[in-house]
Amino acid sequence: MEYEGVIGLEVHAELKTETKLFCGCSTEFGAEPNTQTCPVCLGLPGVLPVLNEKALQYTVKAGLALGCEISAFSKFDRKNYFYPDLPKDFQISQYDKPLCEGGALEFFCDGERRKVGLIRVHLEEEAGKLIHFPDGESGVDFNRVGIPLMEVVSKPEIHTPDEAYFYLLGLKRLLEYLEISDCNMEEGSLRCDANASVRPRGQEKLETQTEIKNMNSFSGVRKALAYEIQRQIEVLESGGRIVRETRRWDPDAQKTLPMRSKEWAHDYRYFPEPDLVPVVLEKAWIDEVRATIPELPDARRERFIQEYGLSQYDSGVLTSQKAYADYYEECTRLHSNYKALCNWLMGGVLRELNERKIGIGELPISPKMLSDMVRMIDEGKITSNIAKTVFAEMAETGKAPERIVEEKGLSPITDAGEIEHVVEEVIEKNPKPVRDYRSGKEKVIGFLVGQVMKAAGGKADARLVSKILREKLKE
Amino acid sequence: MKEITIEDVEYAARLAKLDLSEEERKSMTSQLRDILGYVAKLSELDTDDVEPTAHVLPIKNVWRPDERQKSLNQEEVLKIAPKAHEGQIRVPRVLE
Ligand SMILES: [Zn+2]
Repeated sequence: MEYEGVIGLEVHAELKTETKLFCGCSTEFGAEPNTQTCPVCLGLPGVLPVLNEKALQYTVKAGLALGCEISAFSKFDRKNYFYPDLPKDFQISQYDKPLCEGGALEFFCDGERRKVGLIRVHLEEEAGKLIHFPDGESGVDFNRVGIPLMEVVSKPEIHTPDEAYFYLLGLKRLLEYLEISDCNMEEGSLRCDANASVRPRGQEKLETQTEIKNMNSFSGVRKALAYEIQRQIEVLESGGRIVRETRRWDPDAQKTLPMRSKEWAHDYRYFPEPDLVPVVLEKAWIDEVRATIPELPDARRERFIQEYGLSQYDSGVLTSQKAYADYYEECTRLHSNYKALCNWLMGGVLRELNERKIGIGELPISPKMLSDMVRMIDEGKITSNIAKTVFAEMAETGKAPERIVEEKGLSPITDAGEIEHVVEEVIEKNPKPVRDYRSGKEKVIGFLVGQVMKAAGGKADARLVSKILREKLKE
Repeated sequence: MKEITIEDVEYAARLAKLDLSEEERKSMTSQLRDILGYVAKLSELDTDDVEPTAHVLPIKNVWRPDERQKSLNQEEVLKIAPKAHEGQIRVPRVLE
């Protein structure tokens, strides 16, 4: 029988606020343990949480960008469970009245446009961080407790691990464009849980699903789902039954394994949070948030094609990260050879970032430096060949291109007399190729041009070299 | 409404991490039965036209600007923990 996977994703994104969701403690990453806490986030008796307006704005901003309906009436609830990373023994979350409902995420998967519906987007608080020690104890750091966490829950409309992967990339890109989350999976500011089931292709009814946790990277999500779907198919094919359970992705074993949680541990006994009052958003407030939404990735991608004449592919890559797109547009403001700027960004800058595993903000080459360099090529002040040297030098030292050319004496040789001199030398040193050329082997010209360029340190204009060489060879 | 049984009490106790004796379980079953039976009287009221109450106070939209306030220092926090070591609060190991 042919099976189809049915996948739903729950993505948690830490919001980039200065302070926590219900208190004024800092959210900064990497501080000494337990230095960013207060009676509110530690859940000491008698304290009152007060909602952070920025977290509310960010969540509504995401909801608007995802086409959700912003709830006219929303409230917070307590989700009750015991775990040492949760000092209050409950998490403030949203149960039946989330801030945003519905909506959809659009993205490309294998060149095809896909649209996955959303169930909801809501706001809740982050838990603390546990470190397990070999002496049989765990250490708790409450710095992270109470950081605003936005949860985006998709409908089970994803069908393959690849689709799940591109859904995540698309959501990450959107949240980065909205500048509401760092989306850093290593630092844990973006996390993903999944539910997955399989059904015979064509069947409408959903089968029993499992929940999958602990997928710590985008490719981890893809691998875990591929494994889990295959596992379920094998269980069904051998006449077995899928058990509703929570499974953990073990990246070392490359397997999902059942977690030892008891079934009753999932009775969270939600009830309305009595310490927080309802949120009833007015149109004017929502409109103010709407006005902060920048041009979104898909629109920008289209505009790059129209405005700068880029290809679908180039435009897609340049808008895949807001920082790339911003960098490119800064370049286009400084110099108008859009195509050349795009080529240098795609080939030079992005390759450099990949090799060094850094972000574009850490590269010593500013948009001004790159566009100055491209202008110098266009104005004939350097050859494209020399530009490669200049580029490498800029990436290394962060020096301006003009300065590099001056310091290293990289200006091209445009003086025909000087080139003629080099050409004569090359002809003299290469009697055989010269004979070959003169006897009709036209192809040898390429080799001779190369020799001249080499002798001139790559600084000669190739077209001029070729012209002079042909003339000299006729003599 | 379904009557409270001793199994319900055991279930609630387990969720609340309470260790109850046989006697306590029995007495709580009858006490909870009485309390819930008393409260169940409310369901005799017709509430079709009454909005569900999310909060007892008639206020909404209370929030604060995203501005930092002073946090407690580490020493103060670790002082109220049962056990601490190198900045971390120490607890018995929990692993899933
Ligand atoms: Zn706090």
